[in-house]
Amino acid sequence: MRAVYAQTLIELAEKDDRIVLLEADLMKASGTTVFKTRFPERTFNMGVAEANMVGVAAGLSAGGMIPFANSFACFASRRAYDQFFISGNYARLNVKLVGTDPGITSEFNGGTHMPFEDIGIMRNIPKLVVMEPSDPVSLKKLVIESAYHNGCTYMRLHRKSLPVIYSESEEFEIGKGKVLKDGTDITLIASGAIMVAEALKAGEMLNVDGISAAIIDMHTLKPIDTELILQFAKKTGGIVTCENHQKTNGLGSAVAETLSENYPALLNRVGVADEFGEVGRLNYLLGRYQLTAEHIVSAAKMNLSRRKYAFGSSENKMQMNDN
Amino acid sequence: MDSIELKILEDKAKEIRKMTIECIGYLGVGHIGGAMSVVEVLTLLYEKYMDVSPDEPQKRIRDKLVMSKGHAGPTLYCVLAEKGFFPKAWLHTLNVGGTRLPSHCDMNRTPGIDMSTGSLGQGISTAIGLALANRINGIDRKVYLIIGDGESNEGQIWEGAMAAAHFKLNNLIAFTDYNKMQIDGYVHDIMNVEDLNAKWNAFGWFVQRVNGHDFEDMEMAIERARHEHFRPSMIILDTIKGKGAHFAERRIDNHNMNVSYETALESCSMLNEIGRQPTEIHHD
Ligand SMILES: Cc1ncc(C[n+]2csc(CCOP(=O)(O)OP(=O)(O)O)c2C)c(N)n1
Repeated sequence: MRAVYAQTLIELAEKDDRIVLLEADLMKASGTTVFKTRFPERTFNMGVAEANMVGVAAGLSAGGMIPFANSFACFASRRAYDQFFISGNYARLNVKLVGTDPGITSEFNGGTHMPFEDIGIMRNIPKLVVMEPSDPVSLKKLVIESAYHNGCTYMRLHRKSLPVIYSESEEFEIGKGKVLKDGTDITLIASGAIMVAEALKAGEMLNVDGISAAIIDMHTLKPIDTELILQFAKKTGGIVTCENHQKTNGLGSAVAETLSENYPALLNRVGVADEFGEVGRLNYLLGRYQLTAEHIVSAAKMNLSRRKYAFGSSENKMQMNDN
Repeated sequence: MDSIELKILEDKAKEIRKMTIECIGYLGVGHIGGAMSVVEVLTLLYEKYMDVSPDEPQKRIRDKLVMSKGHAGPTLYCVLAEKGFFPKAWLHTLNVGGTRLPSHCDMNRTPGIDMSTGSLGQGISTAIGLALANRINGIDRKVYLIIGDGESNEGQIWEGAMAAAHFKLNNLIAFTDYNKMQIDGYVHDIMNVEDLNAKWNAFGWFVQRVNGHDFEDMEMAIERARHEHFRPSMIILDTIKGKGAHFAERRIDNHNMNVSYETALESCSMLNEIGRQPTEIHHD
């Protein structure tokens, strides 16, 4: 994925000389050394100094540039939050902040490096666009969208390679989720590299049990795609959110807010349950934080059975009153 | 330091170095570079200076150490295991799911770890807090702090530099592991920190600069620092990133490396053969 990211930045920079890149001693990790080779005069490695990096990015933006600034997601978000908030967002500038190794993908770097809250804190910045692509195609398209969005953006970036989900010609728009699979009994709304894949697996497992699950890739966490959420809440009556993040303040919360204000369908959230990160391999951590396809399946079944219990069928009561 | 004591420390450091290489090799990946450059300073502190006890890791009156470059945890774990804070068998659980020995130091998981670190730059502030608490509570013990040269890019380091001098924390003894490298390359190429001596001096610290692989040099510096009355101490250690791990030493990509177990064992046996390591300083 990082190779796709770097390549996309190079393509953007070839066409637009406002594109600049900032790193904080994690250039090798971000995979952007190729950008530096191609555009040395537009690359700034700021050293281990994330707050300064983001402030400098804001200044570059005020000077007419379009800065992309990268670090591990924990540091990009928490370590430089006030600089991003004030110098970037409050000043209505144009900083494109990218956080790598989100959630459990920081694996052996452990608790200090494992952000389960970055989307949460970012979602509270007014007007900020918050994204998490799930495959190489969506990454490329959303980086381009981000570059030409007028305002700051925050993107989570999975560094390792991922299977392709979308065809090269698929178009992406900020704030418009993607329906990966239609369904009638329940909707799985997932975001990001790890959880979209788990949701797809869960969809197949549910299918085997005769449950028809719709699957949505919610690549933009903010602004959230209200229309799509409500459409599928009405259609399937129940929703399960799947995120590599705290259950609170991220995707699950965004969907809960949307539902409860408009159409309170039953929601179950798969995500981290108010815990800190810790070291381990990805597979271990998926189980440790209850993020696997199996956990999604049981959340979906719980959702269905609770609806049955409450309403005498798996239909949501609201659905009957809807017309 | 007499020659017997020197020999004992050198043998101990060799043991720590081998244990560290071995446990990183056992896992297959790790922050080998920055782990190797702090072997001697940690060995000297824990073998000679620190008032700590394995049977009572939390005892109230003790010296404390903040490993601000938290990714050097594995070296510290080996030192602590060697001292008996926990069984050496734990070393093979480094970074395994559920472990008590995570890559970055965690005071809630590992006996003998005095502060949780891993987000660079934060250790200096917590060390200042510990030193202030000792002063308030009349605890006549030292707080030791180890920071990296790349870590010294962080603004927080210099906020702490100002505060520690302002509060005249003579009970704080800090070390910069000046191995001249960070992740993306040489510190002078990525974000130059020079003139380090002059900077710490200007902030009001008692500054010394010694070879961080030489016990006699470090001992003299620590003795002087311990007797300083009004200022916090910064001992800048000239070190070599990856020191003693043949597959890593001086390699520009040695920050976090894949290491096969065979390579690790080979490195350990090379250390055995060489015996006393020549102490050399890295000049760029
Ligand atoms: C705040 C923060 N930013 C980035 C990192 C990622 N990181 C870990 S080690 C490192 C380089 C540190 O260089 P240095 O302090 O010289 O350590 P050493 O070379 O001794 O290993 C970086 C950027 C981090 N751990 N914390």
